[in-house]
Amino acid sequence: MIQLFKFRGGIKPASNKDVSSSAAIAKAPLPARLYLPLRVSARTLAQPLVAVGEHVLKGQAIASAEGVLGTTLHAPTSGVVSAIDAGDYPHPSALPVPRIVIDSDGDDRWCARKPLDAASASPDELRRHLREAGIVGLGGAGFPSHVKLSPGQAAIATLIINGAECEPWITCDDRLMQERAAEIIAGALILHRAIGARRVLIGIEDNKPQAIAAMQKAARQAAGGTDLSVVAVPTLYPAGGEKQLIRVLTGIEIPFGKLGFDFGVQCFNVGTAYAVQRAVVHGEPLISRIVTLTGNVEQAGNWEVLLGTPIAEFVALGRPRPDTDRYLMGGPMMGIDLASLAAPLVKTSNCTLVGSPRLFPPRPPEMPCIRCGSCARACPHELQPFELYWFARAGNLDKAKEYHLFDCIECGCCSYVCPSHIPLVQYFRFAKGEISAREREKKAAAAAKERFEFRNERAEREKAEKAERLARAAAAKAAESAAPRGEAAAGAAAPAVPPAASAAAESVPATAAAATPSAADAARKAAIAAAMERARVQREAVQARNTEALSPEQQREIAAIEARRASAAGAAAAAPPAETPTSAPELP
Amino acid sequence: MSLLPSTSPYQLGQASVRGVMLQVLLALLPAIATYVWLLGPIILVQIAVASVSALVGEALLLKARGKPLGLFLGDGSALVTAWLVALTFPPLAPWWLVALGALFAIVVAKQLYGGLGQNPFNPAMIAFAACIVAFPALMSTWPPLPLAYGFSEQLQAVFGLLPHVDAMNGATPLDALKTSLKLGEGSVTVSTLLADPEVFGRIAGRGWEWIAAGYLVGGLFMLWRGIIRWQGPLAFIAGMSTIAGLCWALHPDQFADPLFHLFSGGALMGAFFIVTDPVSGCTTPRGQLFFGFAAGILAYLIRVFGGYPDGVAFAVLLLNLCAPLIDRYTQPAVFGWRKTR
Repeated sequence: MIQLFKFRGGIKPASNKDVSSSAAIAKAPLPARLYLPLRVSARTLAQPLVAVGEHVLKGQAIASAEGVLGTTLHAPTSGVVSAIDAGDYPHPSALPVPRIVIDSDGDDRWCARKPLDAASASPDELRRHLREAGIVGLGGAGFPSHVKLSPGQAAIATLIINGAECEPWITCDDRLMQERAAEIIAGALILHRAIGARRVLIGIEDNKPQAIAAMQKAARQAAGGTDLSVVAVPTLYPAGGEKQLIRVLTGIEIPFGKLGFDFGVQCFNVGTAYAVQRAVVHGEPLISRIVTLTGNVEQAGNWEVLLGTPIAEFVALGRPRPDTDRYLMGGPMMGIDLASLAAPLVKTSNCTLVGSPRLFPPRPPEMPCIRCGSCARACPHELQPFELYWFARAGNLDKAKEYHLFDCIECGCCSYVCPSHIPLVQYFRFAKGEISAREREKKAAAAAKERFEFRNERAEREKAEKAERLARAAAAKAAESAAPRGEAAAGAAAPAVPPAASAAAESVPATAAAATPSAADAARKAAIAAAMERARVQREAVQARNTEALSPEQQREIAAIEARRASAAGAAAAAPPAETPTSAPELP
Repeated sequence: MSLLPSTSPYQLGQASVRGVMLQVLLALLPAIATYVWLLGPIILVQIAVASVSALVGEALLLKARGKPLGLFLGDGSALVTAWLVALTFPPLAPWWLVALGALFAIVVAKQLYGGLGQNPFNPAMIAFAACIVAFPALMSTWPPLPLAYGFSEQLQAVFGLLPHVDAMNGATPLDALKTSLKLGEGSVTVSTLLADPEVFGRIAGRGWEWIAAGYLVGGLFMLWRGIIRWQGPLAFIAGMSTIAGLCWALHPDQFADPLFHLFSGGALMGAFFIVTDPVSGCTTPRGQLFFGFAAGILAYLIRVFGGYPDGVAFAVLLLNLCAPLIDRYTQPAVFGWRKTR
């Protein structure tokens, strides 16, 4: 029996899971067009490996993993790359994100799949395999799995598989555990071997008895010699938060800024474990996931959807009711309000929740905080949200930081319980954004200052070096020549040359400088002219961008203008210089 | 379809300021019922006077401050203040005194500081303190319970239609004990004084002890409903019991026992309805313990050694002053940042 621990706070919102929990996972129809954002995880963009017009196969890598956090992106179906552009992405900012667009050919033809023999593969090979299979955390944050498997300082004692699914309405993990428990356990065992954990704990909220039963059965059949337990944890939002589940199952509390492996714990979502199994045993990269479609729809369900499916097409499967007023991605506690249904489903999309004024009535008017402390009692991170709220409102950001603003996981418990209906989380997001922006500015200012000082220093140094060189050359010349007139003056004037020109002048061989003054001047002038020409070409290359995406008509127009300008310049050059000012035509 | 810009959470709980305030009013009912039983419905008249006065003051100030009337008048907070004012004032005090107290609490102690949630002091206690300083005689005369006079005479007394009736007014049991002990200069003992069945009952003042019990019942209700936390009331009771117990153990002839003090005056009302005021009190659990304990000790010291009939109001106001500081130094540890693991 596993000893369970408690985390403080938490709430018990209406779960509404029964709306979709009885619907078995169904395969969503193949969309005609798929949109694959290159943002594969929070800070990383993948680089396209395909060109527009290229035919790709299902499972083929179409963008390469970049950086430590990068993972490979794959074609979810076979078809033709019809565009590589920027488009909607399911993020609150609603900013466009670079993407690859694939027009499905309807064949859904796989490329050659490369399974990995997990028994013989080294942990490094497995990490590379998962990275190349595009495996990221499917619980919500989308953290790359191979990074989580990288060896930390402490040995991992406990591997936790998160099947808590504490957000109301969402049932994708519930159904996955009920229907594909054996694959999840197999995936968990692969992860277990890779990190060499002592034991595996699979935590599931006790409001999912069928999932618990299915997982326990699969665990009994497959665990073998592994210390693997399926544990029912009390239903209390946000028990599925990684830090909360780790606390409940192990008693370990992980502070802000620390990761599981600092404490010998590592946590993966059940969906991720399933994806690992598919990637390793079947060689299938992460190109689909289970997404719950629920809320204000005629038919709620759980769908196996290809990544990149436009959300508009996906929600149509559930037939939203006429009074629908919003679409959330994720659950009602932490989900985001989708600004555009043209955005595609991505790896972290666990649910599309269709909202109506009846299901999610508008927030009642905000009242002043009465410091009742309900929020503090509900906060799973034991913060004092009302204090943070005062600080955020007053713009007292240092104080907010001091009161652990960044420990806030934005779970929404405080906003949920607030009797004054204050959108506390919104204040915290704002304050976090402000602090981050301020720190970025500070960093940028410091960098700019450093650059400026370095530049000044360099200019000074070069000026001094040049003056010294020219003085030396002049002295040598004076010693050699019998007529030493004016050279010293030329040497003294040289430091006034602009830094850009002096850099160019440096390339002039010393022998040239030592030659006659007129030859040295000519060489310097040529070098300056060359540098200015280079600068002009560079400037044009940088500035010409705004004329790239023009319509043919605009291009014709511009060409005509350029021609006129050229002929006018030619005429002006041909005309005698003295006449130019007087013969310029007066504009009406 | 309109995609409204808003952020999570979209699912909200049922709590509201109005709901909280209504439950506080509900929790006051046992004490009010006891009052009615022992004194008659005159207390309801006083509550009505205070309520009207408070609501009028609130409405005027909200209008002057340009705040939405419907939203704030309906939140119930002015009624809570009004009821507490009516219940802490002498029940047969002239109506204008009660009205003035309620008005002062709302206008000066609450709205001038910024309204709901902004007042650094408990408004009802400010009203009590201001009136006992301004009208010491009126605020110190309390009727013996149960009162023989009928509702109509009481009504006349409250509305100033009856000349001063001595039989209706006297000292509180707490005051009576203190005065007798002082006059006795060590020759009278507490036990002989408490034996007087005209003034004292089983535990404390005759009749008044039952009203105190009514506050206890209401307080337990609020604890059960999660409206208040246990730290403040328990610490207040512990603080008062500790100092009372200490004095009583040293000089049982000169000091009443802790139970007497808990069931006298405003002790239990203070413990459950005043110390627990979230706006003017402490918010951290440890801070609430400190606040309650210190308020309990101070209230005892003021009521026993000071010149006022009771010390709860001044004790709470003094602690209100310290609340931000106490909160500052009692911030609880955050998840994952506890020193001892």
